[in-house]
Amino acid sequence: MTAREEIMRRLRAVRPIPPVTVPRGYDRGPIAAGPAPTGPAADGNAPATTTSGGTDASGTDASAPELIELLVDRLVDYRATVTHCDPAGLARALAGLLDDVPAVAVPPGLPGGWLSAYPGTVRRDGAPRPLTVTDLDEPGLAVVTGCAVAVAETGTLILDTGTDQGRRLLTLVPDHHICVVRTDQVVDRVPEALRRLADPTRPVTLVSGPSATSDIELNRVEGVHGPRRLDVLIVAG
Amino acid sequence: MTGTGNIVARQPFPQAAKVRLADPQLRSNLRRATHTIRDKRLRVVGELPDWEALRVSGAAIKDDVLARLPDLLDQFEAAATAAGATVHWARDAEEACAVVTRLVRQTGTDEVVKIKSMATQEIGLNEALEAAGIAAVETDLAELIVQLADDQPSHILVPAIHYNRRQIRDIFAERMPGVDVSALTDEPAALAEAARRHLRAKFLSARVAISGANFAIAETGTLVVVESEGNGRMCLTLPETLISVVGIEKLLPTFGDLEVFLQLLPRSSTGERMNPYTSMWTGVSDGDGPQQMHIVLVDNGRTETRADPVGRQALRCIRCSACLNVCPVYERVGGHAYGSVYPGPIGAILSPQMTGPDAGANRTLPYASTLCGACFEACPVRIDIPEVLVHLRQRGVDAHRGRPSAERTAMGAMSWVMRDRRRYAAALRAARRGAAPLRLGGRRDHVRHLPWPLSGWTGTRDAPLPAAQTFREWWAGRGRG
Ligand code: SF4
Repeated sequence: MTAREEIMRRLRAVRPIPPVTVPRGYDRGPIAAGPAPTGPAADGNAPATTTSGGTDASGTDASAPELIELLVDRLVDYRATVTHCDPAGLARALAGLLDDVPAVAVPPGLPGGWLSAYPGTVRRDGAPRPLTVTDLDEPGLAVVTGCAVAVAETGTLILDTGTDQGRRLLTLVPDHHICVVRTDQVVDRVPEALRRLADPTRPVTLVSGPSATSDIELNRVEGVHGPRRLDVLIVAG
Repeated sequence: MTGTGNIVARQPFPQAAKVRLADPQLRSNLRRATHTIRDKRLRVVGELPDWEALRVSGAAIKDDVLARLPDLLDQFEAAATAAGATVHWARDAEEACAVVTRLVRQTGTDEVVKIKSMATQEIGLNEALEAAGIAAVETDLAELIVQLADDQPSHILVPAIHYNRRQIRDIFAERMPGVDVSALTDEPAALAEAARRHLRAKFLSARVAISGANFAIAETGTLVVVESEGNGRMCLTLPETLISVVGIEKLLPTFGDLEVFLQLLPRSSTGERMNPYTSMWTGVSDGDGPQQMHIVLVDNGRTETRADPVGRQALRCIRCSACLNVCPVYERVGGHAYGSVYPGPIGAILSPQMTGPDAGANRTLPYASTLCGACFEACPVRIDIPEVLVHLRQRGVDAHRGRPSAERTAMGAMSWVMRDRRRYAAALRAARRGAAPLRLGGRRDHVRHLPWPLSGWTGTRDAPLPAAQTFREWWAGRGRG
């Protein structure tokens, strides 16, 4: 008998376990945009008041100032730095953040205009060739990306390798990551954020602050293996 | 087919605990650390108005997984295979180690980088790889400390919790290849920097990485790793080959179910709203990350544990370690006393079920608790640990009926006394007389040592002395004032 057969035989030999209905009484946020994952919906004790992200089903009107404030509070708590700008000021704001940075790596689909005010070297992944680990390990290099969704309640940026975020390598090897977040990408809590992902089978990375460890007497130290510095630029939508 | 590997206590718990109790440095390191995480956890849990509802859902999702496990495993295997991963199965620790060793050998490398994972510790993978001539480099800072010190982890989340910064500095200075000793202070930032330098070259050159997984999604074949330092991302992204060792109970039915666990786990574990990095990947992705992906699904006593209707709830565990941090017994004795990779309250119920109670000293583990219930309160998936402890104690007593054993003798005497009211009253009076000399000692109302077989109890804790007067005596004498 193979290991697989034996494990399955043992699992099926147990007296049938009664089926379980999963209650979903927690706050799932605005649900209309997509079908519920499984199970019957809420037993009614979901506190509607915490759901401030998105006032309609599509979540496009999610730029409630309290939501952005919450996101900023959480990001700063994780020692990320946060700056704000409006769409017209984006290029200038980015150039400001990259003031002392000689070169930046960017994903293939990063909008060209974003770096129009930046005087340094721009290395675009895949143009003409994919960037290597050695390219990305260059001292002083920063990487600029967008994101897929941001979760205010937890201060989390979600990257799903969309064309303005690129391969996982890009946001991992350089010491300095600058992430641009549009206010319409911000949602209140985790359930809504996961539902917004276009395709969960793409590689997905959740980033909450820069790399950190608490292994030594539980003192938080930023910057172990991932980027030591995380800058978030919030663009009014 | 019971579990094997690093889940067998070699020494009875009271004996192992005694050694640790004699170490005041250990106790103060532990006390400080567990109380810090505990306070942080309470704070961030308090921020979520729907915390209880999340716990209830988390427990039910895991129970649903256990109920439908064979079907969900089928589904997971099909989805992961379709996404380009190769799925392997292992009955126990030896078989799992053999599968991984073979897979590493096929790549022709003799060094692998590793993400901290309970499953690989459970099966003793590092030792097995070393025996096969393959070096396994732990890349989590705490695991690295433990590995360099040639020690065993003592906590699920912070395996080096028993060391303070001075001790860690000395371990690095002595054992870390190429470290600049003169510049190495005991500042946590300096120590983290030393680890970063030491590991950077390994990450950038490694061809094979080994991970566990916090969750495996049946619907999509996705694996999820939750971490802080970025060492996980390095291992999951840079090498050509990734081998993930996953316990069969790690499944979640759908991707959407992560919305519950990504809220429960970080808050319960590190007391953060979210851990710095979470990675999710499904098989292989063109041009991004490892192009060879293996998943080893491990039983190692999980089917055995699932067969017990009361005990199976232990398989809901998401290894957050909250129960360790609130346990008064763990706080005093530390993780090593439990003799297995699963320490604390969860270890006390998980290890003896996975291996069967008669493996090593695992039968003593269900007694490593005061049954105070703090672990149940803290557990994000509502595992009723005290209930399972009592169940396992009972099972232990039943299984050894007819054979003399410490607990059988103690319980037998107890039930003979308790069956009859006069006998009970007489025993109490006798206990009071017996207790009189003890009262003359340092503490007025606690006993430090009882004769065998009760010494097993007082060896690790003080027992209250019987009251000077019973309620019945007080009631009877009340009128005479
Ligand atoms: S038993 Fe519960 S509290 Fe303990 S580690 Fe597992 S999930 Fe966490």
